[in-house]
Amino acid sequence: MGRIIELQNVSAYYKIGRELYVRAVDGVSLSVEEGKILGIAGESGCGKTTLIKVCTASIKPPLTVAGGNVFYYMEGKRIALLALNEKELRRLRWKFFTLVPQAAMNSLNPVKKVGAIFSETLRACIRSMDKARIKEIVHECLHSLGLPSEVLGMYPCQLSGGMKQRIVVALATITIPKVIFCDEPTTGLDLVTQKGILQFLQEKAKAANSTLILVSHDIGIQAQVTDILAIAYAGKIVEIGPTEEIFARPLHPYTIKLISSLPIIGDRSSKAGLVGTPPSLIRPPQGCRFHPRCVLAEDICERKEPPLIERRPNHYVACFKSGEVRG
Amino acid sequence: MIGLGKEKTLLDLRGVTRVFRTGLYLGAAFRAVDDVSFCIREKTCEIVAGESGSGKSTLAKMALGILRPSAGEVLYKGRNIFRLRGREKKEFKREVQPVFQDPYETFSPFRKVTDYLEATVLNFGIAKSKKEAIRLIDDRLRRMGMDPQEVHGKFPHEFSGGQLQRLSIARALMANPRLLVADEPVSMVDASVRVDILALFVELMADFNMSVIYITHDLSTAYYLGVQTNAEIVIMYRGECVEKGSVEEVLINPLHPYSKMLLDALPEPNPQRKWTSRARLPSLTLKEFRKTGCKFAERCQYAARTCFEKRPPSFYVDNRAVRCWIMEEKGGTP
Repeated sequence: MGRIIELQNVSAYYKIGRELYVRAVDGVSLSVEEGKILGIAGESGCGKTTLIKVCTASIKPPLTVAGGNVFYYMEGKRIALLALNEKELRRLRWKFFTLVPQAAMNSLNPVKKVGAIFSETLRACIRSMDKARIKEIVHECLHSLGLPSEVLGMYPCQLSGGMKQRIVVALATITIPKVIFCDEPTTGLDLVTQKGILQFLQEKAKAANSTLILVSHDIGIQAQVTDILAIAYAGKIVEIGPTEEIFARPLHPYTIKLISSLPIIGDRSSKAGLVGTPPSLIRPPQGCRFHPRCVLAEDICERKEPPLIERRPNHYVACFKSGEVRG
Repeated sequence: MIGLGKEKTLLDLRGVTRVFRTGLYLGAAFRAVDDVSFCIREKTCEIVAGESGSGKSTLAKMALGILRPSAGEVLYKGRNIFRLRGREKKEFKREVQPVFQDPYETFSPFRKVTDYLEATVLNFGIAKSKKEAIRLIDDRLRRMGMDPQEVHGKFPHEFSGGQLQRLSIARALMANPRLLVADEPVSMVDASVRVDILALFVELMADFNMSVIYITHDLSTAYYLGVQTNAEIVIMYRGECVEKGSVEEVLINPLHPYSKMLLDALPEPNPQRKWTSRARLPSLTLKEFRKTGCKFAERCQYAARTCFEKRPPSFYVDNRAVRCWIMEEKGGTP
């Protein structure tokens, strides 16, 4: 299995004034292997969505890429995404990668019937396919999402939020892309629909050996679905590793708190949350960005920024004190 | 205070129903809340859990006296809240306070947050002067674990979501309430501070002799708050209360097929305990609001013919009320 996407020292800032930037993503490097499900978790304002915007080259002002690049590995070639022009990008979108953006259910064209949306999407990607075959694929896809075929003759406004979301997810997988980006694909949906959509994504990705990149603040979802988990805090990736390993032996103090503060049914113990508030991304704290809220912080944490180091096999942590934390 | 009877019941919802009529579906009426009853006593916590569209917010509005039920009644200390007038009405409005989901919407972006706290204190006549009001505000803020110095003179955007939600609870506390009706108070707050806000409710209940109605879609926070307050939980589905009982019993050992399905779909934050079954996705929804029989029958894997024909009453089994025909076979009494 080879690499499919690689981020090298990516920084993306929102310009909010003269020489004033919100550093939403700051020096992020990571790479994902083909066929894996990578989860990106973190709390609101940690830069998850911005990271996805950079990875899909959906960069519009005030967002600017301040440094680094994103590379796609396509048929043995290495493509620098951020150097491509609009025409070249159009060739990648839908075919090589798809995106389920946040609040995706509102991204369906309201004046087109669902069937027309499907056939347009498919026709743009797969020119050679005949109509009967397209129809078959669409029906199969809808069926596995529990949607009746009648929805093809309906307008998006006639469907419930959960159904619209299922249609967006169906569209993102139906072209069999190599990479599927999902930004909070199930937020706001009920539990059963959420489970259904996530299981569908998981199956489709595994069946086509596609890579799934799942952004979600919900740690429960990450535990259920992902193979590899990255924890983001204040524009940085602070920990990344195999999901089971992260839950069994979290190394970063933030990750430890994030996981241990979650209420769990059947667990009667009382839990404590994280103290303090998330830092400003305009003037992030010097050194480790987590140090103002960290129980283990020492001098060095205030002065120097911790690098992401492999502490255990495939398990990387950006913390000077992580060796001293109990897993 | 409104004449306090001997009984310690604060709020009593009796067969509360709310019908919304819409022109959209051929003038059809649908029951957002359908015959829901529960009562909340002093210093207790009641949890209402359900998914979007289950009618839990409509229920909250009726408990707060904002929305009139189409049938049934809401009693506060034994009096119908929609018949209260003048002074009594004002007392009810003071004693039953809301906490809303989105703290950014609770506060106007153009006003300082302390202005709200002050207005609440002065409007309800809790403090006579501005000076007294500020002293009271500072006291409440300290109780919320906030430094008054860091709150005064600031606008809502200068706070994080968690802080703002604390302020929104502080605002409710200014009125010296007997009951807080909190509709999804932690769903907009970061996961790592959720437990602290829930713990705050537990503390405040003890400190202020207050009761809490906690309305949520999140069963794990329901459990966390519930076990600490010995709460009763009401599971709502399409406007009905399908299961009611103690939090510990209902969430550990659910009886209604819907409660079971919900708990089964909950993503547990533990990769060692992944989902074992496949989700049964619901398809079309509106029909279910109107049809006869059990509202859950179409999605229920145990559904028999009776379920489609006759609406089940609530059966009482092991200290619980379960609206399901299966319970009749298990010896439940209606």
